[in-house]
Amino acid sequence: MRESFLKLHPRWMFRNPVMFTVEVGTIIMLFETIHVAITVNNLQSAFYNLLITLLLLLTVLFGNFAEAIAEARGKAQADSLRKTRQDTKAKKLWEDGSIQEVSSADLRKGDRFVAEAGDVVPADGEIEEGLASIDESAITGESAPVIREAGTDRSSVIGGTKVLSDRIVVVVTTQPGESFLDKMIALVEGANRQKTPNEIALTILLASFTMVFLIVTVTLKPFADYANTPVTIAALVSLFVCLIPTTIGGLLSAIGIAGMDRALRANIIAKSGKAVETAGDIDTLLLDKTGTITIGNRKATRFIPLEAVSQEEFTRYSVLSSLSDSTPEGKSILELAKKQGIEVPKAETAQADFVKFSAETRMSGINLSDGRQIRKGAWDAIKRWSTQSNGILEELEGHVKEIAQNGGTPLALAVDKKALGIIQLEDIIKPGIQERFARLRKMGVKTVMVTGDNPLTAAYIAQQAGVDDYIAEARPEDKMQYIKKEQQAGKLVAMMGDGTNDAPALAQADVGVAMNSGTQAAKEAANMVDLDNDPTKLLEIVEIGKQLLITRGNVTTFSIANDVAKYFAIVPALFAATIPGLNALNIMALTSPESAILSAVIFNAIIIPLLIPLALRGVKYRPIGASALLTRNLLVYGLGGIVLPFIGIKAIDLIVSFML
Amino acid sequence: MHTEILGIFLIFLLSVLLAWPLGRYIVSVFQGEKVWSDFFSPLERWIFRLAGIDPHQPMDWKQNMMALLGTNVFFFLLAFLVLVLQGYQPFWNPVGLGNWEPTLAFNTAVSFTTNTNLQHYSGETSASYFTQLLVFCWLQFVSAATGIAACALLFQGLVNRSSATLGNFYHLFLKSSTRILLPLSIVVCLLLTLGGTPVNFEGLQTVTTLEGDTIQVAGGPVAPMVAIKQLGTNGGGYFGPNSTHPFENPSYFTNIVENVSILLIPMALVFAFGFYLHRRRLAMLFFGVMTLLFVLFVALSASQEMSGNPNYTALGLADGQPNIEGKEVRFGPAASSLWGVSTTSTSNGSVNSMHDSHTPLSGGIFLLDMFINAIYGGVGVGFINFFVFVIIAVFIAGLMIGRTPEFLGKKIEAREVKIAALVVILHPLLILGGTALSSYGIQRNPDVGWLNNPAYHGFSEMLYEFTSAAANNGSGFEGLADNTPFWNILTGIAMMLGRYLPIIGPLAIVGSLAVKKPVPETVGSLPPESFAFGAVLLSVILIVAALSFFPALTLGPLAEYFTMGK
Repeated sequence: MRESFLKLHPRWMFRNPVMFTVEVGTIIMLFETIHVAITVNNLQSAFYNLLITLLLLLTVLFGNFAEAIAEARGKAQADSLRKTRQDTKAKKLWEDGSIQEVSSADLRKGDRFVAEAGDVVPADGEIEEGLASIDESAITGESAPVIREAGTDRSSVIGGTKVLSDRIVVVVTTQPGESFLDKMIALVEGANRQKTPNEIALTILLASFTMVFLIVTVTLKPFADYANTPVTIAALVSLFVCLIPTTIGGLLSAIGIAGMDRALRANIIAKSGKAVETAGDIDTLLLDKTGTITIGNRKATRFIPLEAVSQEEFTRYSVLSSLSDSTPEGKSILELAKKQGIEVPKAETAQADFVKFSAETRMSGINLSDGRQIRKGAWDAIKRWSTQSNGILEELEGHVKEIAQNGGTPLALAVDKKALGIIQLEDIIKPGIQERFARLRKMGVKTVMVTGDNPLTAAYIAQQAGVDDYIAEARPEDKMQYIKKEQQAGKLVAMMGDGTNDAPALAQADVGVAMNSGTQAAKEAANMVDLDNDPTKLLEIVEIGKQLLITRGNVTTFSIANDVAKYFAIVPALFAATIPGLNALNIMALTSPESAILSAVIFNAIIIPLLIPLALRGVKYRPIGASALLTRNLLVYGLGGIVLPFIGIKAIDLIVSFML
Repeated sequence: MHTEILGIFLIFLLSVLLAWPLGRYIVSVFQGEKVWSDFFSPLERWIFRLAGIDPHQPMDWKQNMMALLGTNVFFFLLAFLVLVLQGYQPFWNPVGLGNWEPTLAFNTAVSFTTNTNLQHYSGETSASYFTQLLVFCWLQFVSAATGIAACALLFQGLVNRSSATLGNFYHLFLKSSTRILLPLSIVVCLLLTLGGTPVNFEGLQTVTTLEGDTIQVAGGPVAPMVAIKQLGTNGGGYFGPNSTHPFENPSYFTNIVENVSILLIPMALVFAFGFYLHRRRLAMLFFGVMTLLFVLFVALSASQEMSGNPNYTALGLADGQPNIEGKEVRFGPAASSLWGVSTTSTSNGSVNSMHDSHTPLSGGIFLLDMFINAIYGGVGVGFINFFVFVIIAVFIAGLMIGRTPEFLGKKIEAREVKIAALVVILHPLLILGGTALSSYGIQRNPDVGWLNNPAYHGFSEMLYEFTSAAANNGSGFEGLADNTPFWNILTGIAMMLGRYLPIIGPLAIVGSLAVKKPVPETVGSLPPESFAFGAVLLSVILIVAALSFFPALTLGPLAEYFTMGK
């Protein structure tokens, strides 16, 4: 409330040309009221002028109030985040290895600190040494602890989170007050808010409408004088304020702040309002396959031995080869075998040598104590290793092709240079992902799956999941290439990434979203950070961006459409006394000229607070196609904007005339 | 009654049917394809060689704008000099007419250069045949060609994919004259001569009337001037009474020819947009929005005129008779209304009835036509004006569906909106500002002697005069004594600003759109051909352009309407 008055300062108001002119109008009316009170000995007319002045002031205050509410909501959200990090003790690590307890506020970029089980991480940073499980629920709301480890793609920690186990040494990466969170807080609090490009364009348009109506009202004075129908200053100022788009003018910044706030509520930290707005325009979305489209990693789904080899024998060998294999694929082989009733005690491989996967052989496996060598790996690697006849190889090759065509990944298994069969690995597509992609397609967003898989597998999964395109056998440069190619065609591209090698592509993309668990480099390059590490969050970001524009557009339309009714309320009221014939234009049958003008001004003022909930909540985006959406919004906000004020002004007139 | 309505329906239909193939032909001319009129090429080459201009030099929007302004300043100066020095010219001046008063010459030179043809003079009593033919008739060609060439530059800017060059103004300008205006004028001129419009170079002829009086009848090269005045949406009549004069417009047949000529090129340019950009459906949508307003306005005006003057009805005179005051009986009220709406919506400005004598609402509609100034619009500039509404509609519609607004694959951003907004402000500023000044003038000195009609009608006359000037229309509500320095200078300025800023603004917009990287159209982008976009466009035109003038209309035509017959 206090804020609404503080914002009356012209320096603040000047940012918003529409409301600024209303403020100027209020001041003119104030002088006019004093003038009338002194010169005209008519209490009623002075009271009427005073009433108009107060209503205009109220209009400005309502606009400020809307902005203040939006800021307060954002601030509440931000405060609860900020609380987590105040006055934390930090264990600062000096060059000489000594540890000193300091306040978190004293940590500077480049400083090192130690965090152990039970400590609250005092500042954003990158783990230099060690690994720890961390509870990030204070920031993300997610209660399951996460692992953060030095030298991996998940090496960064956020201030305010809690270390649950182990000990890490962390390098501080941000100055106090400059962390992502601080930036976001500044954005929602409005202090640092810069207007987005569309907002600037809209402000220009609104200012020009204001200019047009200024010309209309100012010239009306000599027109009326000529026609011997003198109009009062109060009537002219009222006409002007009612015609200019005050509704959108008053709500414009509230809508912008509310958009940022919605992003924050979705646990997304945006570095600028522009990024959120751009997200609504995205044409192409690059998504990593793993974790976004498919659940985790590939799983073994079938053992296919050669005809000459029994199912059980082949499965046993598969299990043996994977007993010491800690990769997700290896584990899934054990799981599948267990499901089929085949388990091998670990003791059997007690003396065996585990052969790690190497880039040269492209195989992994085990050398048993009895001398048998078991290998599994890509088909072409096993094929090279094997010494079998072509006939047998051809049989296996048939299986390999069949699996690949159905989107699976074939893993060949051989014992003593003799291939025995193929293990089929498959991706599990997330349930419900097709619908999300269909929704994106309706929005006009093209989805692209990025995967390390071979083209055949990639094509199959892409088709199953319903993405529009895919990049197979993708290297980080490929992503970059793809983004550049799309941008060359004028498209806006969004992508999500976490690793350091994603950083260039994140920077190149128009909207780059880094996962919070990702490396510092990725976060620096991105323009948004997703605190939940949820790759499907991009869909929400796109909708938030669209919602922001739609809300602005529709409130603008509503505001301008209101003018029709306001003309019909005020213009007849201006002249009806001297030109009785013009009463025919008073189609709302308003009681008297005074009540007509008062009603229009009151309607104009109270529509602002009435629309605050809409501004904060945002107009819902519906992916029903551009034309259908436009038709819908045109009926609701355009036609509604024409009809509603007729009803509203008439209703207020009934009340006003009853009271006067 | 029914024949009258059938008559105007057929005139309208004929215009549309002729405009379609003409639109296709215009595009062929713009794009330099082989056309039958290629026999003009040697003449064109000779003119360019003479002027020292390379017609194939591609230019960006700024260079083209400078070329446009440069040639127009040259035309203006030439016309101004000829007018103020008319008395010294020995040629084609059989009546021996003298020099022009400077402010009137200024107003008239601006008027003809800007394709307005606001006439504060009467042709037969102040302009020699030399002036009529080599100043007025010639300016009617080149000012129309300027508009058509500007429109061609706009089309090219919308087609461009990241390229700044829009074409060559000189080239388009000359071709518009030789390939479009000249052949059409010859055809129309022949049809008019066939219908009885005179072409001669003799002085006043003495005729004895049926009553036995002797009168002096002015003649001259009337038909060619009438042809180009209609085709080029110029509207400047050879005679003071314009196309109500029996020599300019002798019969219903010539009336058809002239009315079709008024609508022909403006309509054809809307279709040309569709052919040029391969966006036929979008052109149809634009044409549909324009036609909706046009038909509505004609219907309103015609029904008002045909139901008569309530003042007469109240007096018990002419009960149930149409309002025939100020109209030619050979055309009738319906054809007068069609003409009135045609001439005001296309910024033509020629009249076949006295707009002053139309019923108030009909007069109000003529004003509304000029406030909008983009229902088909003046040759070239009509579409350019319409384009500004399109930009604003695209911007609002884009926001409404949650995308950064784009039109034909180009993003509409702050710069484009800023320019469009300035052009939108200009029209009310000129019209309302000018009318406010003159209202104030009357208020200060009621004996200034401008107004022949009191009260609301007088207000409408002043409003009409400034609207006509700012919209480059040129028709007069008459009844206003406008040949005074005040009106000459003020409307002269209004005509200049109202002509060039709305050309420069949109050219600057396409200049900035032309270099933009195209945005691919996806399911999420707004198809401008959609019905919903048409609705937004119509609303923008009505709410932004028309409603701004609602208070002014209230004090003028509406006040008169509601007080009439009471």
